[in-house]
Amino acid sequence: MSEKSLPAVSYLKIPDKGDPYLEGHKCGKCGAVFLGERSVCSKCFSRDKISAIKLEETGVLHSFSVVYRSFPGIDVPYVSAIVDLDGGGTVKGNLINIEPDPEKIDFGMKVKLTYQDALGRKDKEGNSYLSYFFEPA
Amino acid sequence: MSDVYVLGVDMIKFGRFPDRTVPNIGAEAALMALDDAGLTIKDMQAMYCGNLGQANAMVGQRILQEIGQTGIPVVNCANACATGATAFREAWMSIKAGIYDVVLAVGVEQMGKGLLGGAGGGDGIPKEGLLGSGTMPCVFAEAGMEHSKDHGTTFEQFAKISVKNHHHSTMNPKAMYQIETPLDVVMNAEMISYPNTKLMCSVNVDGSAAAVLVSEKKAKELGMGRAVRVKASALASDPFTDRDLVMPDVNACTRLAAEQAYEMAGVGPEDINLVELHDCFATAEMLHYENLGLCKDGDAGKMIDEGHVELGGKVPVNVSGGLLSKGHPLGATGIANIYEVCTHLRGEAGERQVEGARLGMTHVIGLGTACGIHILEKV
Repeated sequence: MSEKSLPAVSYLKIPDKGDPYLEGHKCGKCGAVFLGERSVCSKCFSRDKISAIKLEETGVLHSFSVVYRSFPGIDVPYVSAIVDLDGGGTVKGNLINIEPDPEKIDFGMKVKLTYQDALGRKDKEGNSYLSYFFEPA
Repeated sequence: MSDVYVLGVDMIKFGRFPDRTVPNIGAEAALMALDDAGLTIKDMQAMYCGNLGQANAMVGQRILQEIGQTGIPVVNCANACATGATAFREAWMSIKAGIYDVVLAVGVEQMGKGLLGGAGGGDGIPKEGLLGSGTMPCVFAEAGMEHSKDHGTTFEQFAKISVKNHHHSTMNPKAMYQIETPLDVVMNAEMISYPNTKLMCSVNVDGSAAAVLVSEKKAKELGMGRAVRVKASALASDPFTDRDLVMPDVNACTRLAAEQAYEMAGVGPEDINLVELHDCFATAEMLHYENLGLCKDGDAGKMIDEGHVELGGKVPVNVSGGLLSKGHPLGATGIANIYEVCTHLRGEAGERQVEGARLGMTHVIGLGTACGIHILEKV
């Protein structure tokens, strides 16, 4: 079992020193930003032009839903959010620290990333995980 | 290249058949379509079978094991919710290519109940409810909310779509449900993922549908009486759009396939008399009014408010009851909507008949993404 929390997804980086961040992969030719490693750009098809970048911590809410029914054991309601990060890249995640009421959530609102324990979820070996969330900026 | 015709087509009444097998459910529709065409399995030169849940289990061959093992080539297709349309299109292509004259296409699914989808699988911990939701009601809610953001579309407008489709299904004996659901009932049903309430989510059902496709030569030989011409068949995958890999873009894929279908058919949206489109959620149907060019961008809300998409309206949409009430057996849906349109073009739709229907369109979209569109014409 790892003493440190593990990242919930591959594109969440937890450096030995410094703060966690989300990593994107950006095409050097057309500027498309992807989550996860890849060598070919699916927008402009160029090869070997992709490099890792640190994604920005802030962005705007593009779309969302308030989820009232999920799979058994998942706490509801919660806000499932699609966020366009400043500087490129779109990320999906939970929007927290806001009332899960569609009337109170504004499209285009500014949000920022926050990194927290993954809702207490552990894997089979008992490892803890760090995840990312959005909150109003 | 030969024109291709649907000579026989049928579907079973959708329902829940936990005691039957997938091939057994598929075999029933296959036999019905053969009967409708006045042909037998001995006349079929190939079979294309669509099924998702048992995609690795040779469902097409197992159907033939129930209805006649003639040794014909069988291709099993899986393409998410476009599975049935893909099987139909493969059959169409084989005739277009001049390889066969008489081909059977079958779509079948046994679903069970419950939510489909879910965010992220793989290693580590479950991601559902941690990184947003990957459940289908949520994914399509987010797509609908994008429309609300751009055009001010309301919860009530989305809900009206469900009222309409449930109303249509009261006239369709093959639909899972024949129940009126007034607006307040739809809006006050259990909220699943805002703005989709339970009555705005498609019904998971078991079902099957099948079609016999023939070449022009064969159609003339057998008699064109009830034949329906396949005027266009288009299949698209998701072209790159900026958010597509995080938020499946059902719009771009549908627009691409629609453009190709209209071009192939040499017609425009204004020529279409009825549409069976992929209302997996009420939010999805709203988007496709615009994606299929039935109205200008931003006017989808008006289409439902002003009744243009109801039976009797300018372009009735989902007069079968749609996935919302007829039900959505994934692999069967793409052929079931071809059955519906053919039934209207043949003038055999009874109480829900779209009067004077000459051209109809079917549309399905499976996330991942695949969009299949067919334009069918009365002969």
